[in-house]
Amino acid sequence: MVNPGKHGAGEQTTSSDKKIRVLVAKPGLDGHDRGAKVVARALRDAGMEVIYTGLRQTPEMIAEAALQEDVDVVGLSILSGAHMALAPRIMELLKANGQTRVRVFIGGIVPDEDIPRLMELGISGVYGPGASTEDIVKDIRNSISEK
Amino acid sequence: MTLIDSVLNGDRLALARLLTQIENDTPDGRAALDSLFPRTGKAHLIGVTGAPGTGKSSLVNQLALHFRTQNKRVAIVAVDPSSPFTGGAVLGDRVRMKDLSGDDGVFIRSMASRGSLGGLAQATAGMAQVFDAAGYDVVMIETVGAGQSEVDIARLAHTTLVVEAPGLGDDIQAIKAGILEIADILVVNKADRPGVENTEKALKSMLEMAHPTQRVYLHHGVPSPLRPSPVGRGGGGEGNMWIPPIIKTIATEGNGIAELAGQIAKHAEHLRVSGDWAVRERARLESEMETALQERLMSQFRERVPQTRYDEVMRQVFERSLSPGEAVKLLTNGRAK
Repeated sequence: MVNPGKHGAGEQTTSSDKKIRVLVAKPGLDGHDRGAKVVARALRDAGMEVIYTGLRQTPEMIAEAALQEDVDVVGLSILSGAHMALAPRIMELLKANGQTRVRVFIGGIVPDEDIPRLMELGISGVYGPGASTEDIVKDIRNSISEK
Repeated sequence: MTLIDSVLNGDRLALARLLTQIENDTPDGRAALDSLFPRTGKAHLIGVTGAPGTGKSSLVNQLALHFRTQNKRVAIVAVDPSSPFTGGAVLGDRVRMKDLSGDDGVFIRSMASRGSLGGLAQATAGMAQVFDAAGYDVVMIETVGAGQSEVDIARLAHTTLVVEAPGLGDDIQAIKAGILEIADILVVNKADRPGVENTEKALKSMLEMAHPTQRVYLHHGVPSPLRPSPVGRGGGGEGNMWIPPIIKTIATEGNGIAELAGQIAKHAEHLRVSGDWAVRERARLESEMETALQERLMSQFRERVPQTRYDEVMRQVFERSLSPGEAVKLLTNGRAK
């Protein structure tokens, strides 16, 4: 609808308030997806469109899905400790595909000393146990409005 | 190079970005649809619908793998529901389609229904057109988990699969009466589950009660101006009509997929030879044009009638001194009667 919002109420344009699209993916081999699902649900409740890919994704699969879905944000759930191997690879692939504007967030078990290195790679945020979903939602919104 | 040129050159990122423009109904997206239109009409659009949990995504995954063995380029549009309260959505169809990753001949796009109620989103048809123009041979459209009235897919697709599974109970007939009518092919998935014979039997008896003549020729409420020719029967049955075949599959293992793909090909051939392909295309384009016309007239009306005038007439409707019908006449003709 190209409804400019004139005459009558209740109709909304989809173009002016573009939906935030988020890919939630779990790279690596650990099988715990509770956290990823909780975050997916929270983002949904915040009005975002979340593409959920499920367990055991390779960096290649994640980059491909991010491309096909033209997402604004990629959320990675990593509990295996392999974040320093997986995150650089995923950033590299996103870049190679031309998706330089995509914001990447990581949730899971990440030691504090790794966080600065992840931020250097261009990761927009890292969330450990106990992080509030409100903060995640807020940070995603802010990162989008900056770009 | 424009976005459209990049898409036509096979740039996948450009394609993804154009799909976003279409989904958000931007002026650029609309212009792109206009200029791509002459290139459309080649792809076979296959709709996949059915109740939640019947295995639509797994089936789409297997069918795509099968089409890839025939070297066809496959696009998948998977629609999941948006929350009516927050507008958010969790789109989970890709979870069942992992087998397809790493293949350049496949493009999967998830979309949220964004308030549409017919089982598709408003922009689904536009996305299918873009894939068609971009040279995909097969476009599979998976609807939201559908019950009775989500039959928009039949208007969009050339071939509609309705997916059923055993164990959904005896109420199958009551629940499925609406959706059964749109099936070109009925799939009983999860055929290794107990109760599969009952499901098949129930579907068979439904088909026997239905009148294929009417069902086919009033498919979109538009009687066919073309005569059918006696070919391409699926499943079996009398006369020249397409009788929807019932195919049993186990999508997780790939059982029955080759047979299903065979019936899909047969149905496409039936549509072409009988002239029903043209009938469906015409009906679809007509409804598309009508929607565009309505939007155009609406926006012309909005340009012509000032907001204050509209509000004034609206106030009279609130006061019950004008009926909504009279109000419209007043706004368009200047006279209420």
